[in-house]
Amino acid sequence: MTDALKLTDLSKTFGVGRSLLGRRTGAVRAVHPITLSVPQGQTLGIVGESGCGKSTLARMLVGLLEPTTGRIEIDGAVLDNADPADFGKRIQYVFQDPIASLNPRKTIRQIMEAPLKRLHRMSAADRRQRILEIFESVNLRPEFLDRYPHEFSGGQAQRIGIARTLAANARILILDEPVSALDVSVQAQVLNLLADLRTEFDLTYLFISHDLAVVEAVSDRIAVLYFGSVVEIGPAAQIFAAPKHPYTRLLADSAPVVGRPLVAPEAEGAELPDPLNPPRGCAFAARCPRAVDQCRTQVPRLSPAGAGAEVACFRPVNVPEHPMSR
Amino acid sequence: MTAFVALLARNRLALAGGVVLVCVVLLALAVPVLPLADPDVTNTAQRFQPPLSPGALLGTDHLGRDLLSRLLWGTRLSLAVGFAAAIAAATIGAAIGIVAGFYGGRTDNIIMRGVDMLMAFPYILLALAIVAALGPGLFNALIAVAAVNVPFFARNIRGITVGIAHKEFVDAARLAGLSNRRIILSEILPNVIPVIVIAMSTTIGWMILETAGLSFLGLGSQPPQADLGSMLGEARSALITNPHTSIVPGVMILIIVMSINLLGDGVRDALDPRLKSGALSRPMAATRVDRAQTPPPPSGAGLLEVAALETQFHVRNRVYRAVGGVDLHVRKGECLGIIGESGSGKSVTALSIMGLVASPPGVITGGAAYYDGHDLIGAPYGRLRDIRGRSVSYIFQDPLSTLHPLYRVGDQLIEAIRAHRPIGRAAGRAKAVELLRAVRIPNPEKRITDFPHEMSGGMRQRVGIAMALANDPDVIIADEPTTALDVTVQAQVLTILDDLRRSRGLAIIFITHDFGVVAQLCDRVGVMYAGRIVEEGLTSDILRAPRHPYTARLMACVPELGAGKRRLEAIPGLPPVVDNLPQGCAFADRCQQVQAACRRAGIPLERHGTHAVRCLYPVPQSQEATP
Amino acid sequence: MTGYILKRLLSAVPVLIGITVIVFLIMALIPGDPATAILGSYATPENVAKLNRDLGLDKPLVQQYFIWLGNMLQGDFGTSFALNRPVLDEVLERFGATLVLAGTAFVLCAVLGVAAGVVSAANQYGLADKAITFAVLLGISIPSFFLGMMMILLFAVNLRWFPVSGMWPIYGARSLSVLLTHLAMPAFALAVVATGVVARLSRSAMLEVLRQDFIRTARAKGVSERGVIWRHALKAAMVAIIPVLGIQAGFVLSGAVYIEMVFQWPGVGRMLVDAILKRDILLVQGGVVLVAACYVLFNIAVDVAQSLLDPRIKT
Repeated sequence: MTDALKLTDLSKTFGVGRSLLGRRTGAVRAVHPITLSVPQGQTLGIVGESGCGKSTLARMLVGLLEPTTGRIEIDGAVLDNADPADFGKRIQYVFQDPIASLNPRKTIRQIMEAPLKRLHRMSAADRRQRILEIFESVNLRPEFLDRYPHEFSGGQAQRIGIARTLAANARILILDEPVSALDVSVQAQVLNLLADLRTEFDLTYLFISHDLAVVEAVSDRIAVLYFGSVVEIGPAAQIFAAPKHPYTRLLADSAPVVGRPLVAPEAEGAELPDPLNPPRGCAFAARCPRAVDQCRTQVPRLSPAGAGAEVACFRPVNVPEHPMSR
Repeated sequence: MTAFVALLARNRLALAGGVVLVCVVLLALAVPVLPLADPDVTNTAQRFQPPLSPGALLGTDHLGRDLLSRLLWGTRLSLAVGFAAAIAAATIGAAIGIVAGFYGGRTDNIIMRGVDMLMAFPYILLALAIVAALGPGLFNALIAVAAVNVPFFARNIRGITVGIAHKEFVDAARLAGLSNRRIILSEILPNVIPVIVIAMSTTIGWMILETAGLSFLGLGSQPPQADLGSMLGEARSALITNPHTSIVPGVMILIIVMSINLLGDGVRDALDPRLKSGALSRPMAATRVDRAQTPPPPSGAGLLEVAALETQFHVRNRVYRAVGGVDLHVRKGECLGIIGESGSGKSVTALSIMGLVASPPGVITGGAAYYDGHDLIGAPYGRLRDIRGRSVSYIFQDPLSTLHPLYRVGDQLIEAIRAHRPIGRAAGRAKAVELLRAVRIPNPEKRITDFPHEMSGGMRQRVGIAMALANDPDVIIADEPTTALDVTVQAQVLTILDDLRRSRGLAIIFITHDFGVVAQLCDRVGVMYAGRIVEEGLTSDILRAPRHPYTARLMACVPELGAGKRRLEAIPGLPPVVDNLPQGCAFADRCQQVQAACRRAGIPLERHGTHAVRCLYPVPQSQEATP
Repeated sequence: MTGYILKRLLSAVPVLIGITVIVFLIMALIPGDPATAILGSYATPENVAKLNRDLGLDKPLVQQYFIWLGNMLQGDFGTSFALNRPVLDEVLERFGATLVLAGTAFVLCAVLGVAAGVVSAANQYGLADKAITFAVLLGISIPSFFLGMMMILLFAVNLRWFPVSGMWPIYGARSLSVLLTHLAMPAFALAVVATGVVARLSRSAMLEVLRQDFIRTARAKGVSERGVIWRHALKAAMVAIIPVLGIQAGFVLSGAVYIEMVFQWPGVGRMLVDAILKRDILLVQGGVVLVAACYVLFNIAVDVAQSLLDPRIKT
């Protein structure tokens, strides 16, 4: 199996603040160097809480943001410029807010035509035909094509957004919180549609979400992001059932689960470290019940932890017992 | 476009302005063919003729020239110059603004520095300097007026463009392979044009005033040619002896500018989407109550009891039945969950209790909310205010937008107390610290001087809870208090709420869309769909064996952590829109067990013991919900 | 805070330099020869050349600019040829009169405008709202110079409540009451337009704020309606109103030019118009630069006020 998508040391640093002369006075590392790969036809889930850098990562992958370091390879070929049009044919993006991602002053047909016209230079007749095919595969009625975005519900708009990415004919889709703006009953429709499309067109997904249960339900492998770094990566079936990183465990314990009594895993108001003044060692050390001196001075690297999993922790949780067992 | 004209025509004032303006413009266009005297022929023997003199309908000026003719020719000139200046300023300013806003970075910086520089002049100084350089004259005045207005347009349009350039659809266009130039033309421009039109329609009157002003000063049109401003300027010396020579052009300017302003306001209102949806109305202090029937009496079931509550939104001629007859109650120390999807009416139910639904457009059209046996809906405002925050308090969803951004959190806490009883400075501070400690905010003595934006989301929501506790209320209504928070923070906040309810005997109504949260926190739960409770009972009963098909299907849709990769259950279709509810069961179209009877008439909420279901064919009790 | 004020003052330096460049360039664009304008068209070519040399007009443009700038920094704005008086003296004296007029009008427009806007928003679609909206529409549609003329006709000529024009006693020993009677009409006429604009904006800013979630929170706490409007809503609305007050100060200063003409007020605006018509270039340059510089300083004060109100602005 080849890797459809491979990231090597991809990172992003933003300059913040300005001196009188317009020079940047500080820097925030939104994404620390990340190395990841996704095999063709698989789904890699990425979970993390707000501010963990997951959206920055996604925007780099589609060329909307230029990485500070590192490179992106698609099917073994390096993408070395930040031209979204070049990215567009190989890798596409599904937005979080389905309505905001559609131009309110264009009809759905105009929106659907843009990638066919600009990326693939199709003739008008071919475009018409192709749009109908795509609409068929996402279960949208052709009469929607001449309406405007505000006439659609969130779920329908998200289907249109997915249809647009299919029109670009990319093999890799970055799904950035694609269902978090939707209600549960509609969310399931969209998730199932995505699963069908993946098999039908042999697509590769990078699925970003803050919702552990959703990510678990759709992914083959899952990477957990904390403060811009991957702290744990492993098979979806195990990562929350038997977390190895204390942060993954905290996440799994915090998720409200039917049948589990309410206990706060952390009593005090623990918070993310200050990005302008990041800690020297492990970013999670201050919140970690298992932290030792080493954790506060050295940054742990991602290393194999058995069963296809990797964890960035000096003192991983190895005990398989877990409150998840109901 | 037709919708725009229709909207404009509905605004009677704008219509009046438009009609007057069209008349003036037509008159101005027709001037060359009208049988008028030559405006520039002087006849000093006939100077200062009063209005209605023979041969001079409006009289004559200090050189005996016919005022009517001069007025119409002047109007023509003033209108032409005003419109030309407005179009020039709008076009150049918008182009600058779009380029600066779209490209950002260095381009933006350089352009906006220049614009700031021009705006650092009181505009007349710049106009005077330009006229001084170019020399007096009408065309130079036009250039000056257009030039001083360019920075205003540029800054305004830039702001709008920056907002649009960061919208997701622009990113999407980029990924669809559009070049920057094409993005500006096809994505940005169509969204900016309404703003340009609004800005133009509201400043065009101003520009006419400005050119008239320069002419008034003698810097615009030069004799013998006259626009309205220079007519006024020439007439000024005879103001006291022959006021009509001043009044005639002055009133004309007033008429023109006023009609333009009226029309401009109409254009703005018709183009502004927020005004279209009626969202710019000021919400009243309490929701409007308009009950057709006397509500049912209290049953005494709980401390807070809602009976047959109906709340509607009246937008234009549509009626949205957001809440269509909800009954619920909560006892002391009990936590009642209300669960539903967006648009199910759960938040509106919660806000209706204390009259906090924005009104307009909200109206409570039926039912009652009994607190301790007394109806709150329809209670005089003074009494409602007395109970708000003292006996029944609220916690809202997004803690950033629900705290006042410009007051320190300590002051906001003290104000919550002061709204109900006087408290000294020191005592108030001590109480605020105590409240923050109760919600486990570390270092409360230091945090009370924080502003909300200096706190994290979780901390802010703790402040929200502390504020709700300020007067030791009996009931707390929590409207999705953890939806905007991360899971780890949510767990902390939920634990605080749960502890408080146990230690203080609080009754909590907890609105959420998350079954996991309900399961962990609530004793009882009501499930809402399309404005009604479809099922209600003990949380454990409902989660174990839901009886309403909607509850059962909804629970099956929710992915549960720990079950691995799998296909999810989905409910086909969409919830009905509440301005067009079906006659029978609102869920019928999406239900697999639907029968003809379901669609015939409204279905009552049938109660058996602790469990109530609004369904003719409920899921049999023995059957487990999860497949 | 002091750091922020210093930073703002420093950042005003390039703006001030930019202003001098713009003024200088515009004046340099003047077609024809200033010396000819001063000496009249009958002047001999020798005299014109001599005057050009005396004025430094034979030097390159850049050099001329720096000489002019350097002189200004030393307080030498040149001498007005039409008045035969140092530009600085003339401008300062005239600007004092303008400040009295424009300052009064500005205070009027800020206080009345904000109050009218709040009352209007609090009673949206009520009688007070309709009356204020109509008055505002009239106010922003009437040319201030026409309004001033009509006020003279009505209050000075017919009713004889106020003197027709003029403002003598500002530096003299005359009493305050004389100043006030002279000031009343022009200040009011000048304030009308700006009051309308401020009232309009305050109304819409208040309506915007009143829909915010934190207003609902205040109501849920049981805060009285008066507290909601004046304490919660107005404070938040001021964030949008204050910058507009800054811009309106510029409009008041600008409108003062017309009002000074109508009421024969000895201010800097009338001086500038006269100077332009007489092509008294040094006086125009000096007047524009000085007034613009004062306006820049005023805008810094506005920014500081804004940062005091809104803690989210980084100081």
